[in-house]
Amino acid sequence: MSTATLWTVVLATSALCLAIKLFGHYVPGRWFANARLQRINALIPIALLSALVIAEGVVTKTHVVIDHRLAGLGVALAALFAKAPFPVVVLAAAVTSAVVYHLH
Amino acid sequence: MAPLPRNTVRDALSVAVTVGAYGVAFGAASVAAGFSVLQTCIFSLFTFTGASQFAAIGVVAAGGGAVTAIATAAMLGTRNALYGIQMAPILEARGVRRIIASHITIDESTGVALSQKPHGIAAMRVGFWVTGIGVFVFWNAFTLLGALGAKALGNPASWGLDGAVPAVFLGLLWPRLENTFLRVVAATSMVFAMLVTPWLPAGLPIIATALVAVVMGWRAR
Repeated sequence: MSTATLWTVVLATSALCLAIKLFGHYVPGRWFANARLQRINALIPIALLSALVIAEGVVTKTHVVIDHRLAGLGVALAALFAKAPFPVVVLAAAVTSAVVYHLH
Repeated sequence: MAPLPRNTVRDALSVAVTVGAYGVAFGAASVAAGFSVLQTCIFSLFTFTGASQFAAIGVVAAGGGAVTAIATAAMLGTRNALYGIQMAPILEARGVRRIIASHITIDESTGVALSQKPHGIAAMRVGFWVTGIGVFVFWNAFTLLGALGAKALGNPASWGLDGAVPAVFLGLLWPRLENTFLRVVAATSMVFAMLVTPWLPAGLPIIATALVAVVMGWRAR
């Protein structure tokens, strides 16, 4: 990506995310009263975060690839089941992933 | 006058430090994705909503286009508008304070504020402001630290950063999976994302997964 494109991503993301926050504080709540809209909106973070786990964990460009990242993800999953705090989950995944990367 | 909600301040600060420290991972991942240290810091100063920031750099790192990156980040940010609707009548902030309140309306500040409900509105306000400002300060400081560290360290795979990022998303997802239906939505989204990956340009499968949310949220359950 060119420097100009990266700047576009940074500035447009910032402007939109701030505008969304301001919208919530300045717009009457009844605008959002639609039940279907609320149900879908509640599911959007779950859908996108799930897709991001896949995109970052097992995808390289446009292929599903199994590599050291999946080992890290597996350890993260185990840590989450064990109710480990957030930093521990991420650190455990990083260490596992790095170790498997160097073994190969 | 109610006594100063000391426990509220303690809760808020512990959330601020824990979540803020996590800015290290963002700073490092952003630089590894190709953003400069300055751009990385601007993300944390002005976007200031973790999942959206990680999504934007994640799409770029995956080879996706600018529009996909921006749209994915914005869609993840829409929940902050709903938090604002809940928080505005509690905070009753005016003028500049209202703008600052908007900017620090994120998962953590809203979460701590709502958790203080049994202690009254004053505690809710303290919880919101201390958490929001606290996360802002620590998140930005640690973002800079992570960005500078990544620049110094080189190849992200050799120290596990490319393994840490999916764990970040899994960690953000995990507490949201409160019931079976939501777990089914997550599993469906993961399968859907994997199935469309070979057929769509890089980065696009992420935002395409919003379709799963639309379809599964369409009917009342």
